Amino acid sequence: MKKTSVLGKIYVGLIVAFLQLPILCLIVYSFNESKSRAVWQGFSLKWYQALFQDSEMITSLGTTLLCAFLAAIISTIIATVAAIGMNSMRRFTSTSIMTVAYIPMLNADIVTGVSLLILFTMLKMELGFATLLLSHITFCIPYVLFSVMPKIRQFDYSKFEAALDLGATPGLAMRKIMIPDIMPGIVSGFFMALTLSIDDFIVSFFTTGNGVQNLSIKIYTMAKRGISPTINALSTIMYLVILAILLYTNLRSMNQDKQKNRKGTN
Amino acid sequence: MKKQKSALLALPMAIWLLVFVLIPIGVIVYYGVTVTGPDGNLVFSLSNFARFADETYLKVFLRSIKIALYATVICLVLGYPVAYICARGTERFRTIVMLLLMLPMWMNFLLRTYAWLSILENSGLVNRILGQFGIERIQFLYSEGSVIFGTVYNFLPFMILPIQNVLLKMDDSLLEAAYDLGATPVQRFLRIVVPFSVPGVISGITMTFVPSVTTFVVSQLMGGGKVPLVGDIIERQFRVVSDWHFGSAVSVIVMIVIISMMVLMNKVDKSDVDERGVIL
Repeated sequence: MKKTSVLGKIYVGLIVAFLQLPILCLIVYSFNESKSRAVWQGFSLKWYQALFQDSEMITSLGTTLLCAFLAAIISTIIATVAAIGMNSMRRFTSTSIMTVAYIPMLNADIVTGVSLLILFTMLKMELGFATLLLSHITFCIPYVLFSVMPKIRQFDYSKFEAALDLGATPGLAMRKIMIPDIMPGIVSGFFMALTLSIDDFIVSFFTTGNGVQNLSIKIYTMAKRGISPTINALSTIMYLVILAILLYTNLRSMNQDKQKNRKGTN
Repeated sequence: MKKQKSALLALPMAIWLLVFVLIPIGVIVYYGVTVTGPDGNLVFSLSNFARFADETYLKVFLRSIKIALYATVICLVLGYPVAYICARGTERFRTIVMLLLMLPMWMNFLLRTYAWLSILENSGLVNRILGQFGIERIQFLYSEGSVIFGTVYNFLPFMILPIQNVLLKMDDSLLEAAYDLGATPVQRFLRIVVPFSVPGVISGITMTFVPSVTTFVVSQLMGGGKVPLVGDIIERQFRVVSDWHFGSAVSVIVMIVIISMMVLMNKVDKSDVDERGVIL
């Protein structure tokens, strides 16, 4: 690996700045005394105070988080179990299933959204949290599947058979041997599902109803009338929480690598 | 492990995919090729598709494709160097840049776009700064350009990440061998790096093109409703005028365009079916 040239660093820095700029603006204006999005009238925490008193906003945040965690957990279980099963199928069958699972990843969100809307209507299901959750699980499953499948392909089945020969039941062998081995795939699939669900707007837009609003939909309805700075306050909190989580996990894995390297050289 | 028994583990997901993926697509096609007859029953008709052939709709459709193409090309041009520099850089540099690229993606998609409004609108930040220098206001928003800008902003990370992932797998010895054989830096880049990165470029293009064609959020916010895209047509049919049959027909057309693009793209990508794990 070579050192990056100064020119390269400047270029990457500019692109990163371009991506961060609007978010920094949101953060700065969350501390603005005035409601304006452009004029700075002094530092204030009043939008943070307003945020915690805005019950509608807190409810929609709750809906987003509940839906995201349920969708991520359920899709991870369904897809992981299926991936284990698919590994012992004939190649053609498993490839066919993978192709169907690929559809929601590939298809435009708007098509996924309206097709589910028509399905729910035909089934006479009332739009609300249940339909929202079912839709989110549907678009999360493929991402978990495509994240777990390569790990299972790499898994050495002779280890599993060895456990069986030593008297483990298939269930025990799976828990003790197979699951720990494919865990990185499961974890990254889970987090991808979580992120997708939190960020989704388009599918949610078509599949929720009866006043059930997640954050995206709340913001969309607000955007048409003018967004209150409370949403800036909320984004700032979310940004800092995510930054802290990412920094923590990255620093930890960097430290672990360092320790490993040290052990290797001793 | 008994083979047949463990294959049953895939059954719940297979049923799920049947009910929530395959059947909905069947239903949308069914809605697309029917209309409500005079007696209230659904009758077969291709009139929904015929309606789309109207000039107004075709114009919107072509505009969507044009805007998505521009946005995809700009993302590729801006993103490829970032992916290349990161893949060739030290691990520390790469980790930090990737973290910063991922961060905006964790923020809500609507908020990110909305934030640009406050920067670019007529009384926004940029115009205020320009005003300090006595420069007249510039109308940035509500044009095709601003929709392209918003699209590039939102989907650029999706172009960078897959290309970077592929380039990371490239073996340095390939470049060294080319160097030993007398290749110039430009030749090495064009004959080794570029062909190697094709699978990443293809998934990057897919991940930016498909959402760009069908977005209606970016066009509504950055375009202020003045630059409707095909996504806006679909959204209107379902949310405003309640013509689900026409809306479905447009969705089917969008789906056909996406699938034909995928097939075309995968012709370019020579990695085999087993590697990708899917037919298509």
